Amino acid sequence: MSLDVLVCVKRVPAPGAKVPLTEDGRDIDTRHLGFTIGPHEECAVEEAVRLKERHGGSATVLAVGPPEVAEQVRYAIAMGADRGVVVDTGQDELDPQATAAAIVHALGELDARFDLIMFGNESADAGHYQVGVRVATELGWPIVGGIKGIEVTDGGVRLRREIADGSEVYQLSLPAAVAVKEGLNLPRYPSLPGRLKAKKAKLDTISWQPPPGGLRKIRLRQPEEKRADSVLLGHGPEAAPAVVDVLEELGVC
Amino acid sequence: MTDTSSAQRKLPSTADVVVIGAGIVGNSVAYHLAEEGWRNIVLLDKGPLPDPGGSTGHASNFIFPVDHAKEITMLTLDSMRQYEKFGTLTTCGGIEVARKPERVEELKRRMASAKAWGIDAELITPQRVAELVPFVDPSILLAGFYTPSCAVVDPLQTGALMREHAQKRGALTVSANTEVLDIEVVDGRVRGVRTDRGDIATETVVIACGVWSPRIARMAGARIPLTPAVHQMIDVGPIPELAATGTEIAYPIIRDMDALMYERQSGADLEIGSYAHRPILHEPDEIPSIEEAALSPTQLPFTEEDFDPQMEDALELFGSILNSEGAGVRHAINGLLSLTPDGSPLLGETPEVKGLWSAAAVWIKEGPGVGRMLAQWMTHGHSEIDLHGADISRFYPHQRTPAHVRARTSEGFNKTYGIVHPREQWTSERQQRLSPFYSREKALGAEFFEVAGWERPQWYESNRDLVDKYGVEDRPHEWDARWWSPIINAEHLAMRERAAMIDLSAFAQFDVSGPGAVDYLQRLCVANVDRPVGRIIYTPLLDANGGFRSDLTLVRLGPDKYRVITGGADGARDRKWFLDHLPDSGVSFSDVTSAVCTLGLWGPRARDILSAVTEDDVSNEGFPYGTAKEIVIGSTPVLALRVSYVGDLGWELHAPFEQGTKLWDAIADAGEPHGLIPAGIGVYGTTGRLEKGYRLMGAELESEYDPVEAGLALPKVKSADFIGKQAYLAARETEPAALLCTLTVDDHTSSAGIARYPQGGEPILTEDGERIVDSKGRSSYVTSAGAGPSLGKYLLMAYLPPEHAVEGRKLKVEYMAEQYPVTVARVGRKPLFDPDDTRMKA
Repeated sequence: MSLDVLVCVKRVPAPGAKVPLTEDGRDIDTRHLGFTIGPHEECAVEEAVRLKERHGGSATVLAVGPPEVAEQVRYAIAMGADRGVVVDTGQDELDPQATAAAIVHALGELDARFDLIMFGNESADAGHYQVGVRVATELGWPIVGGIKGIEVTDGGVRLRREIADGSEVYQLSLPAAVAVKEGLNLPRYPSLPGRLKAKKAKLDTISWQPPPGGLRKIRLRQPEEKRADSVLLGHGPEAAPAVVDVLEELGVC
Repeated sequence: MTDTSSAQRKLPSTADVVVIGAGIVGNSVAYHLAEEGWRNIVLLDKGPLPDPGGSTGHASNFIFPVDHAKEITMLTLDSMRQYEKFGTLTTCGGIEVARKPERVEELKRRMASAKAWGIDAELITPQRVAELVPFVDPSILLAGFYTPSCAVVDPLQTGALMREHAQKRGALTVSANTEVLDIEVVDGRVRGVRTDRGDIATETVVIACGVWSPRIARMAGARIPLTPAVHQMIDVGPIPELAATGTEIAYPIIRDMDALMYERQSGADLEIGSYAHRPILHEPDEIPSIEEAALSPTQLPFTEEDFDPQMEDALELFGSILNSEGAGVRHAINGLLSLTPDGSPLLGETPEVKGLWSAAAVWIKEGPGVGRMLAQWMTHGHSEIDLHGADISRFYPHQRTPAHVRARTSEGFNKTYGIVHPREQWTSERQQRLSPFYSREKALGAEFFEVAGWERPQWYESNRDLVDKYGVEDRPHEWDARWWSPIINAEHLAMRERAAMIDLSAFAQFDVSGPGAVDYLQRLCVANVDRPVGRIIYTPLLDANGGFRSDLTLVRLGPDKYRVITGGADGARDRKWFLDHLPDSGVSFSDVTSAVCTLGLWGPRARDILSAVTEDDVSNEGFPYGTAKEIVIGSTPVLALRVSYVGDLGWELHAPFEQGTKLWDAIADAGEPHGLIPAGIGVYGTTGRLEKGYRLMGAELESEYDPVEAGLALPKVKSADFIGKQAYLAARETEPAALLCTLTVDDHTSSAGIARYPQGGEPILTEDGERIVDSKGRSSYVTSAGAGPSLGKYLLMAYLPPEHAVEGRKLKVEYMAEQYPVTVARVGRKPLFDPDDTRMKA
């Protein structure tokens, strides 16, 4: 059975160990940062491409946000997605409700119909865990989150997620939505021909103006800095007394 | 953190030297200082070890040894020997490939450089390229330049071994994760380094901080003129054919020169780097910290759109493996490297702060050699390899500004793999320094070349009709004729027949005065400077080793007062040399470059012209050769020097800068009835000079050669002591290993049947086509090349070992992969044109 799959991805900054903030503390300072999609979403794209390769059908990728999200859509195309959709909502950050509304709006605008919509379990930056559930609810489709295994069965998909002492398996009829987690697969690196194809790909752009209101971020705060440092206590047996001192200091002996 | 030293908490409170930056350069400097006998060396880095996060950690680490520049090639060869010694060098070979016909010519030119510097290389066919690297599509290639000694190296491991050696000697304290907060400077001298782990009192600091160097130098009030710039690199893999080799590198590295890219195997991956994208410059202050950086501070987010066109070029050449099933872009970075306004490294003590040394803008291929040379320089005051092209003090103030650095590096970035003509001019940041004659010159259609920011006419379009008059032949090959005009030769002939005026305002000029002036200058100069007032004194300046540091002209203006006149290209370095040796009292030094303009007037009619505008006595008796006098031209006071670099009667006229236009007009008007023409630096710097066998600093004269070899030893050695005297005396007592000769090209005809003209840098070979190397291991190559229009010959200068330095000896020069017969026309300094100097002494 062939599937037409839509993967929703989010453009997020790719910081190092320390996340730089803007002076007013309301945003991440992205002047010197690159952008990416989160690891869950990379797995979602990989899974969609594999489903297409295995069962036929198509893989479409969609991102909501400023026009720059095209970069992430193209990355997904370079990985093997067939088609890209940019939902241009302008430069302001959207809350999960507005993001979900934008996706639902776009689904109405597109001439394509999908059997399966995939989300990352949560976004790499905000981590609201909401967009997938909100979209599925709006569409009246079933959704399961935390998924680390997808199998296509007659008339539907079988989804697996890990729990503390085992795993849960769900059988869903299509259309359905799923929020996946890193570990679902090992995402591929985009190939050179894939990159060139992505560069030339024509993306569908849909503009959507978010309604006023919603959640607003007040402030971001950096956790207190901890300077990780190694201290050389010595070499060989001569180091033993120093090691004992440290252990005593730590209260382990 | 695996490096034990990184955790050393306590910094010494004093150090003989603090080296900041533990990349390949800093490690190498510290190691070689220890080898030179330094102790109490402290090496700091803000980052962790072994990879503190600078460019050393992400560089592609391959070495192509051949460069057109001797200095860079020698640093590279020295570095390769060191990497080899440390066991961190893997020879894999390398091929520069040509897609376009003009690149094939460039590869031929590289063959000449390879031969000149003694590096084994060959031109190969596309089929041979494909045999060596079977994944390359030969159908899009025209030729390859194969250098079997190309290698990959491990600079991190090398650095670790260097630290280990220095630590074993008990000479080195290493402190990683240590941030430099300030450099203390008192009275223009380094006094200490403040770090977040304590203060270190020291009188010597080396900045080896790569892209951060400007920021660290600024703490001391000095400028290191470089900019961090992006070089994009990607890794594509896994590629089964590469993985199957089971090794890091099994195939020669390819430089796809016309695409401005390279491709090298790195294990199962193909690493692709580019110098083709737009220049992407960064600010040293805005490079993210180690904590903020996703990968490392010098591996910035990849900007895909900049790389896309290169991806197509790579696919074209390496499609067979880049299309491999499952191969993807595993790693892609905007790597930071350091660019400088002229592309050369920044080495030596900074002109602003004593004791503050720069070891910046150095590539992996030069790192160990730079460390060794800098350590020699810091220890002995000179180094085995002449470093004038890399000396940080070569820059004038305007060349150290951020605006200049940005403009020139933006222009220079794409020349990294470009075909750069030896006379090629910059287009950005021009018109920085204009002589008062500029507007007149512009009106005459001057073609301006730049030296040290000065705009100087190379030739004048207004003289074009002279080309026919004198029957000057054009050069049939575009490369030989590029940045050249037959007008130069025509101006030369007109000067020899009548007279020419030449703008020499680019000279750097210093006034040295005071009761200690004579002793001070005696100490610097080979020539005796204690000559009568009014004498002009030509003198070499040597380093302690007896090699050339400079050559220049002094004028004794008074009992305690001298004017020093030196070349524009050398003025900034010379200025530092003079200031470095200035005593605490008794001598005052002032740079009068911007106060003085200079107009040369030479030719058989020069006296007629000058006497028409001055009432002063300019007769041979009243104003003999080799003297200087204050004269008045109109109402302009002029310091006139009866000297010549072009071999004809005449004067250098030095006037107040603001009266320059008046001077120009007075001479031009008076010259008209005598057929005076304006002539460019093409005559002054090349044709006139070569006919007279005059040597040029940076070409013939450099620290690797001494005055005896250059034919510039003076008849007598003065009794006063001077820098380099011992070595100079020793050189006079021994048979020189090489002698500077002037050669003539006997036949210019190429295999294509057209006349070709070597441009300089080519190897001189025996008649059998063998390289010529002297007993000190120095090869014979063309130091200067140019026409001698009055001799009707094309002239080359080259140092030759005594067995070949024989007048009449037949040799060959290799140019563009062909060999042309040449003859040694002169050994030593006696000019080919007017050997007895009767013309200039007329």
